[in-house]
Amino acid sequence: MKTKLLSRVLGTAALSALVFAAPVLADEDAELIVNGDLELVTKTAAPAHLSDSLDEILSGWRFRSDGTQAMQLDDFDNPGMLGAEEGLFQFETTMGSDGKACSDCHNGPESLSTVRATYPKWNEDAGEVRTIQMQINDCLTTQMGAEPEKYDSTKMLNFEAMLAVVARGTPINVAIDGPAQSTWEQGKEIYYTRFGQLELSCANCHEDNYGTMIRADHLSQGQINGFPTYRLKNTKLNGSHSRFKGCIRDTRAETFNPGSPEFIALELYVASRGNGLSVEGPSVRN
Amino acid sequence: MASGVKPRVKVPKSAAAGETITIKTLISHIMESGQRKDSDGNIIPRSIINRFTCDFNGQSVIDVKMEAAISTNPYFEFDALVPEAGEFKFTWYDDDGDVYEETKAVAIA
Repeated sequence: MKTKLLSRVLGTAALSALVFAAPVLADEDAELIVNGDLELVTKTAAPAHLSDSLDEILSGWRFRSDGTQAMQLDDFDNPGMLGAEEGLFQFETTMGSDGKACSDCHNGPESLSTVRATYPKWNEDAGEVRTIQMQINDCLTTQMGAEPEKYDSTKMLNFEAMLAVVARGTPINVAIDGPAQSTWEQGKEIYYTRFGQLELSCANCHEDNYGTMIRADHLSQGQINGFPTYRLKNTKLNGSHSRFKGCIRDTRAETFNPGSPEFIALELYVASRGNGLSVEGPSVRN
Repeated sequence: MASGVKPRVKVPKSAAAGETITIKTLISHIMESGQRKDSDGNIIPRSIINRFTCDFNGQSVIDVKMEAAISTNPYFEFDALVPEAGEFKFTWYDDDGDVYEETKAVAIA
């Protein structure tokens, strides 16, 4: 009897140890200061349009383990910077039949420092909401006579990484009103729509349950201020659309494709959820 | 020369005499293992950096033999004692015979 009681007590102890055994989580109060001098906003008040659902918005950086966080503190340790460097090389390389390089029109990537924080953005001439990649492709095809790049291709992400570096530290500020509003509404609709056999919407994980574990994954708010993101899992830069695709696939649904109108709308909506967070890219995540 | 090879080194510009400093090095390199096959089934020839060394004023700090399982863009971080002002010399040896070099001077603060 005694032993039985003892084992039961031990069992309870073991069980409670399991319950309270915290997974290896990030230091929630850590601040992201890159290269020891550039402080980035990874936690701030939620934008007005989210007032019903969130009080504060958090960069995905806050949800990663100490080791992963550290990789982003120093550009030398951040493998995404190699992509940004390559992007700068592409920027100065002549492409297409017109014999032009990006740098022939744009006066250095610094002249494009407002791009990352404000895209996706309404383009008046085209009458559509454009992502950075759409705009790059427009330049490639109409200005330079070059072939368009595939969505989320390595080259595209190198360009994006370069644009993110020159915009680093500026707060995300995408416009959701005016002509972009209908696209934004469409993106919001997708965000709250349950997809797949698991019937999960973006909001189920990233709004209702961020900060908790979904099996081995620490759920973030799904912010995209850090994109393009270098992921340790596939050791390369990843675009937000590819990430969306991965998420929707994980709900066991047929996904939309990178560059599809659905994902463009979703990118605008998700970007707007991060209005106020710093441009962080290329960020490092697991 | 293999394409896209670029060495990078991060060394503090100055240190106190006798101080141990942290050195970070990275070289962008494909590090093709020689184990993989292309879509036609032919083996992709091995092309890796097989040795990395660091000297300080001619004295060896670290000498690393590298093998085929090391991934793309090999990164090394190590500590070195700086007894006096001088120069760190970093050398990477490629399979194809190329040698990539980088030097960084350290002053005594």
